[in-house]
Amino acid sequence: MRWTLIFIWLLAASTTAFAGVSEYTLQNGLKVLVTEDHTSPLAVFQIWYRVGSRDEYSGKTGMSHLLEHMMFKGTEEYGPGGISREVMRYGGTDNAFTSKEYTAYFQILPSDRIGLSMDIESDRMRNLLLDPDETLSERNVVMEERRLRYEDDPQNALFEAVVAAAFNVHPYRWPVIGWMSDLASIQKEDLLRHYRTYYSPGNAFIVVAGDVRADKIIDKISEHFAGIELGPERRPHGSTEPTQKGERRVYLRKEAELPYVLAAYHVPAFPDEDSYPLEVLAEVLTGKSGRLYRELVYERKIALNADVGYSGMYGDPFLFFLDATASPGTDIEVVEKALYKEVEALAGEPPTERELQRAKNRLEASFVMGQDSMFNQAMQLGLHEIIGDWRLMDRYVDEIRKVTAEDISRAAAKYLTRDNRTVGILIPQKRTAE
Amino acid sequence: MKGKLLSALVVAVALLSMCARAAALDVNREVTPEGLTVLHVKRQNLPMVVVSLLVRAGAAHEPEELAGLAHLTASLLDEGTKTRTAMQISEEISYIGARLGVSAGMDYTTLNLTVLKKDINKGFEVFSDVLLNPTFPEEEIKRIKDLVKGSLRQREEDPSFLARKAFNEEIYGGHPYGRLVEGSPESIDAVGQGAMVGFHSEHFVPNNSILAVVGDITADELDGMLEKYLGDWRRKPVSPIEVPPPENPLRKVVKVDRDLTHANIILGHLGVRRDNPDYYALSVMNYILGGGGFSSRLMASVRDEMGLAYDVHSFFSPGKHSGSFRAGVQTKNASANTVIDEILRQIRLIRDEKVSQKELEDAKAFLIGSYPRKFDTMSKIAGFLVQVEFFGLGLHYIDEYPELIRSVTEDDMLRVARKYLDPENFVLVVVANQSEAEVKEPLKPEPGAQ
Repeated sequence: MRWTLIFIWLLAASTTAFAGVSEYTLQNGLKVLVTEDHTSPLAVFQIWYRVGSRDEYSGKTGMSHLLEHMMFKGTEEYGPGGISREVMRYGGTDNAFTSKEYTAYFQILPSDRIGLSMDIESDRMRNLLLDPDETLSERNVVMEERRLRYEDDPQNALFEAVVAAAFNVHPYRWPVIGWMSDLASIQKEDLLRHYRTYYSPGNAFIVVAGDVRADKIIDKISEHFAGIELGPERRPHGSTEPTQKGERRVYLRKEAELPYVLAAYHVPAFPDEDSYPLEVLAEVLTGKSGRLYRELVYERKIALNADVGYSGMYGDPFLFFLDATASPGTDIEVVEKALYKEVEALAGEPPTERELQRAKNRLEASFVMGQDSMFNQAMQLGLHEIIGDWRLMDRYVDEIRKVTAEDISRAAAKYLTRDNRTVGILIPQKRTAE
Repeated sequence: MKGKLLSALVVAVALLSMCARAAALDVNREVTPEGLTVLHVKRQNLPMVVVSLLVRAGAAHEPEELAGLAHLTASLLDEGTKTRTAMQISEEISYIGARLGVSAGMDYTTLNLTVLKKDINKGFEVFSDVLLNPTFPEEEIKRIKDLVKGSLRQREEDPSFLARKAFNEEIYGGHPYGRLVEGSPESIDAVGQGAMVGFHSEHFVPNNSILAVVGDITADELDGMLEKYLGDWRRKPVSPIEVPPPENPLRKVVKVDRDLTHANIILGHLGVRRDNPDYYALSVMNYILGGGGFSSRLMASVRDEMGLAYDVHSFFSPGKHSGSFRAGVQTKNASANTVIDEILRQIRLIRDEKVSQKELEDAKAFLIGSYPRKFDTMSKIAGFLVQVEFFGLGLHYIDEYPELIRSVTEDDMLRVARKYLDPENFVLVVVANQSEAEVKEPLKPEPGAQ
């Protein structure tokens, strides 16, 4: 056996919860992470490719996601739809997800059937068919998905417009699903090039969680994948978004019931030293006991909902969001100003000790509770590995604990500023006569 | 080369006392002297506890003119008690990183708590307070009503919501299942504090409730919690409700016009109740028709072959008092007629011709093989147990389910498809840009075709 094992215990919060993660890298560069969880006779298998919409280019946006769809259209071994049918025959479920940073495929199976995942994934890493007719048909399916998720959902449509306006240079500007006109131009040849460039052991890693033995799983994965060649060198990412110098505003007029505001600020991602204060800051604002709900929804009743969105799980700096839906009869400008007032208050004065502790307690508890799902355990490892190293997960709780009230104020003052934001306003249009 | 072999690095070594490879659930069931059914499963993989309480009090238990009463009552539980304000409740729960949720459905209301083991006392204390001592403050009632009305309005933006709403109204008519759990802006206004206090005191009693507790808690610890926090909860007589079955509506097409790129379509009719003995055969048949995701016939044809939809599915929704069958799909306006015809063709096909042996075996294999995933987390276990109890399936059901599916036969498929699917009398709802969709009355089958 030509491999050694790294065995690290992750200490989750202050509790006795921990999970052992075994790490192994094949000679062709394919990394494997295994975490054992014997509470149910099931296992989750995920393969992550380091390719997402940020690796695309203008005119061909949406390729990564369309390719993800095509990965279910089969190989010589498994015909169109054959992969999912095979997984389901064993009581399993399979799916995939594409983001700006990655494309990941997974199966959840009875643990004694997890070998099927390796058969499937080692096969479709190399032998995808990409039939031209199937490609055209699946392109239509993705256009349907786009209509469903964006064109006919006013708040999502605004989200897309705001992100596109927030980035001038960085490929984060286009949506993962791609622009409609770009989708129409993607050909089989484009997908094939994308596939050959990015689908290889050196650009992928596997995560297995569940009722398995790490050493046995790693043996099996080696048997299946060791024969696949490394693949092309990973392409470095290029563009850096310049600092935003001045507020940008976009308006969307669309059939809708209530006005909605979404503000987006450029912020760093994990593990930047400001990212953890931002994570805690978001927690101070969110939830039923958070400042946004308390002020806008509970006290002033000017919004139906008001929330915050921050994820540090990006390779490059992404966005911190504030959003709110106006209560019937309330001007959206009033709601917008109220959102800013809350972040400005935090910039001026640190949160109270109790608020800080509450936010930390919630983040830590969520971290522990999240471990109850095998799928989520695998997911967290994968997300952290994508942004650099799965061990960042180990650091997470410590970093959160270190955040002070002053750190939060400083982060609010540094990032949540007028000049650094892009604001979108949804203006509901009513259809005239039926 | 990237990813050279890494040297072994042992940061810490600890031996895990792995839990036994448990497949089935080890459930302890008890009924307290006050009539509360308690289901307990001990799990020690994480220092947390999940509590789920089901109270047989839903929209089906409220008078039509007070539609929304059950939902408002549930929504107000954590908005003020004899000793805590709304903000104190959310602050206390939040401070310990716990999650407390209340939600009302058609047949019942559930209260769910997820809490770290170390904070279990505080968690149970607040949980029992909102359950036993809500005060329904006037100020909070007004506030919550405005939020509900606002959110009802916001949901009008969601085409799938519009389609579901119209569909339920048509198939259930005056039956409670035909209403929204939230009620309407008008009926909500009619609900006063007195009605909520009455609804709570009438239905929220131990002999009308099921409690599941799953996680890092022993039977003794649980007994202590129940004694300490629910010890004063007293039984009261509860009169079962009478809900007459809905009338079978005739064939009807409902069109809702919106400025959309997509047509949101639901086609279906009344279905079965959960206690129908054909429920298992229907599960298998529907898996083949439209329940089995990428393995289903609808997905294979409408998505994979025709490329006309991202999602297409069908399901039986079996309630306590009635149920429905529906097929749902979204497709661009111009494809609406084609997709509707294809759904009807597939429904006729599964009524006319036997399914293949392979389809039958694959469906059964999935339903049996995926069964353990219904209880692979603590909250899923708690939710599953209260359902098993609510529908009176008995704890033996947990082990029997695979056999119930295994015993379904090829003949059952045709029998239940013919008995419970109707390609003639159905309700068809299309939410779309109607001038683009131009929905036609679906064709009736050729004369002579069965």
